[in-house]
Amino acid sequence: MVRPSLIPGPIVVARGIGELAVRGLLVKYVVASLFRVTWGYLAALIVAVPLGLALGMMRLGEMAINPILQVLRPISPLAWIPIAILWFGVGDVSAIFLIFLASLLPLTVATMNAVHNIDPVHLAAARNFGIPLRSRVRDVLVPAVLPQLIVAMRIALGVAWLVVVAAEMIAVNSGLGFLIVDARNAGNRYDLVVAGMVLIGLVGIVLDLLMRRLERLDSVRWGYASE
Amino acid sequence: MKVQFTDISMRFGAMEVLQHVTLGAEEGEFLCIVGPSGCGKSTLLNIAGGFLAPSSGSVTIDDEPVTAPDRRRIFVFQERGVFPWLTVEGNIGFGLFDMDEDERRQRVAQYIDLVGLKGFEKSYPRELSGGMKQRVEVARALAVNPDVLFLDEPFGALDSITRLQMRSELLRIWRAEKKTVLFVTHDIEESVQLADRVVVMSARPGRIRRVVDIDIAHPRDLSSRRYIELRDLIFGEIGLAHQV
Repeated sequence: MVRPSLIPGPIVVARGIGELAVRGLLVKYVVASLFRVTWGYLAALIVAVPLGLALGMMRLGEMAINPILQVLRPISPLAWIPIAILWFGVGDVSAIFLIFLASLLPLTVATMNAVHNIDPVHLAAARNFGIPLRSRVRDVLVPAVLPQLIVAMRIALGVAWLVVVAAEMIAVNSGLGFLIVDARNAGNRYDLVVAGMVLIGLVGIVLDLLMRRLERLDSVRWGYASE
Repeated sequence: MKVQFTDISMRFGAMEVLQHVTLGAEEGEFLCIVGPSGCGKSTLLNIAGGFLAPSSGSVTIDDEPVTAPDRRRIFVFQERGVFPWLTVEGNIGFGLFDMDEDERRQRVAQYIDLVGLKGFEKSYPRELSGGMKQRVEVARALAVNPDVLFLDEPFGALDSITRLQMRSELLRIWRAEKKTVLFVTHDIEESVQLADRVVVMSARPGRIRRVVDIDIAHPRDLSSRRYIELRDLIFGEIGLAHQV
């Protein structure tokens, strides 16, 4: 049995969110968390897409690197926290590094698999027209993998958002993850703990909705089941 | 000879697909290759396109050996060859990367016109019918002004009415553009309607059984005696009595 007083009700939580807004912490913490996710996630995207395309096109490279990816994949990004702190100290860089790691593997593997799924007829046509490498990447490879990549991007962003909260509980002094730990440590403010959880959920939904809009782009709709 | 196959044999592992195929197509000729499923006719076309290397023998185009795909001869697949992420315009202009913007736009418009897709420039393939997608692919191939077209059962996925329309379209375009065409099909009627000569292949391992001259002027009357004679000759050659 849980004593009712230990679960803050919706009104108390709403008041907590109001208090955070008044103290200026709401915007500050949401921005801090989004800042870390943005940089970690974008860095992962910039590395993962070219890497995934290259590995997908080159059997040998894939054979060399894929086993490493497969071993790293089941390791929770959180297991890297001690190493992240050892390398980058306590601070933003550690958190960003963890988010980078958490997004990198799913994005790379998804891009690689998407290359394998390209209709061979499209690759043959690109070869036949003798188009230069640059436009082969830009006009064939990237658009061909994009529908699958966008799905992976949505999932990876969701994971990144999970990881940032955990990273902030340990590695930094701001952000929504920090809010939750701090509210408990500094006087058992469970109203603020739940307020933090609610904010995490809301921001997560907004991020996912934004990603879903990418699936409506005209040039990728062919890749999804017809509506 | 524009396209010359000399003593081509092809095996995939233990399976022998083509056996000593020697065949030539003249400049501007419309050559159909027919045969039962699995007789290696698509393989033969892929060898000519430079996508496959034969186990032995050689292909030359303009007396140059074929070693790789080349934009002077374009392969037309079934309609799924169009890029679904590009518009009609984008698809047709795909091979024109070396042209400046004006020239490219003009060329794209010219071929959109030729295949009758005016008004669909900005449409995506998923918004088009099978026959329209096939037109896009033919236009994409013609836009780079190749001198040989390879068509691998291009109308196989279309319904029979669209298929008939596409055949007369193709003949009209062929006469206007004067390309050498190698056309693979398993549809005997189609080959007699289209070709200057029909190459009849045997079941695997594919050999040339016979080359039939189709000496009927275009437009061809599909109920004329000569048409039926030639059609039945090919049916007989493949070992099918023409009855259901």
